[in-house]
Amino acid sequence: MSASKTTRQIVIDGLWKENPIFRQILGICSTLAVTNVVLNTAVMCASLTLVTAMSCMTVSLLREWTPRNIRMMVQTLIIAFYVIIVDLILKAYWPEMSRNLGPFVGLIITNCIIMGRCEAFAGSNPPVSSFTDGFFNGLGYSFVLLAISVVRELFGMGTILGFAMPYFSNPEYWDKWVIMVMPPGAFFALASIIWLLRSIKPKEAK
Amino acid sequence: MNGIGSEIWLGLVTCFAAVFTQNILLTTFLGMCPFTSVSREVKTAAGLGGAVIFVMTFTTMLNWLAYEYVLVPLELEFFRFILFIIIIAAFVQFVEMVIDRYSPKLYQSLGIFLPLITVNCAILGASLFMVIREYSFIVTIGWGFGAGVGWFLAIIAMAGIRTRLNESRVPEGLRGPGITLIIAGMMALAFIGFTGVLG
Repeated sequence: MSASKTTRQIVIDGLWKENPIFRQILGICSTLAVTNVVLNTAVMCASLTLVTAMSCMTVSLLREWTPRNIRMMVQTLIIAFYVIIVDLILKAYWPEMSRNLGPFVGLIITNCIIMGRCEAFAGSNPPVSSFTDGFFNGLGYSFVLLAISVVRELFGMGTILGFAMPYFSNPEYWDKWVIMVMPPGAFFALASIIWLLRSIKPKEAK
Repeated sequence: MNGIGSEIWLGLVTCFAAVFTQNILLTTFLGMCPFTSVSREVKTAAGLGGAVIFVMTFTTMLNWLAYEYVLVPLELEFFRFILFIIIIAAFVQFVEMVIDRYSPKLYQSLGIFLPLITVNCAILGASLFMVIREYSFIVTIGWGFGAGVGWFLAIIAMAGIRTRLNESRVPEGLRGPGITLIIAGMMALAFIGFTGVLG
C-alpha cells in the first residue's frame, strides 16, 4: 500500500473494492447482534464510523513517536479512548439507546476493522488521508449492515425505523418472519447479501 | 434454599444457558472473525476452542474482581473497557510464558492461538455481559466457563461440517464465508431449540 493513494481511490476501496464486510469479512462481531432493528444499527454504525475515523487519524498523528513493538497496545488504547467517549455521550444524552445497545458499544474496541485499518493504512500514511480512509471504510461497513437491518426489520416485523410499511405490516398479505429478528436471521441475511454483492463482480473478487 | 446453594444452582443454570440457548457465538455473534477463518480443520479449531474456554473462564473471574473491588469503589466504571482489555492482554501474556516454561508440548499445540485470543471479541464480550447482567462471583464462573464451552462446541461443529463441504459444489459467490454463515445460521436454529430445557 503506497502513500500516494489518491482520495478517490481511498473512497472507492473503502466502499467497494476492499469493503470490510463482503470482501474481507472483518468486524461483523460487534455489530451483527444489533441489526434486528434499523435504528439501533444506524446508531451503532455511526459510532463505529466515527471511532474508526478518529482512531485512524490519531494513530497516524502519533505514528512517528510510537515504538513499533508496542504499537498494538497503543492502538488499542487509542481506540478504547474514543469508544469511552462515544459510550459516555450515549449514556448522557440517549440512555434508552445506550441500554438497547448494551455491551456492544464497548465491543467496538475489539472490532477487527478498526485495528485492521490502523495497522494497514494509518500506520504509514498522513493524518488527513488516514481519516478519510477510516471514514469511508466505516461507511462501506455501515451500508452493508444497514441493508441487513432493513431486510431483517421489514421481513421480521413489517416496519422500518418503527414505522409500519404498507404491504408488510398487513397480516393478510404478509406473515411475519419471526426468524428474521432472531439471531439465525442475521446469519442468513448476511450470507445472502455477501452472495449478492460478490456475484455482481465475480471476476474482480480475487 | 440457603444463599450459597441457590447461588451455585443459579451458576449451573447460567452455565447451561451460556452453552446452548445464549451461545455467545450463535446468538450474539461474538468471535466471528476467528470462527470464519480458523474453522477449516477440526484439530486447529479444537486447539483454539480449548484456549478460549481456559482464557474466558479466568478473565471473567479476574475482571469481576477488578470491577467489583477496584472500579466500583473508585466510581470509575466507565474505565472498564480499558481495564478489561489490559487484564485480558496481561493474562494471555502470562499464560503464554507459563506454558512455554513448564510445558513446551502444550505450548506447541496451544501457543499459536493465545495471541489471537487477545483480540477475540468473545473474550471481552463475556466480561462486558457479566457487568451488564450484574452476575455474582459464583454465577460469573458458570457464565465464563459456559460461554467458552459454547464457543468451543460451535467452532468444532463448524470445522467438522466444513471439512465435508470441500466435496460439495457451492455457488461461486457463496464460497468461503458465505456458506459458513449459512451453516452458522442453521446451527443457531438448532441451538435455539434448547430454549426452555432448564427452567
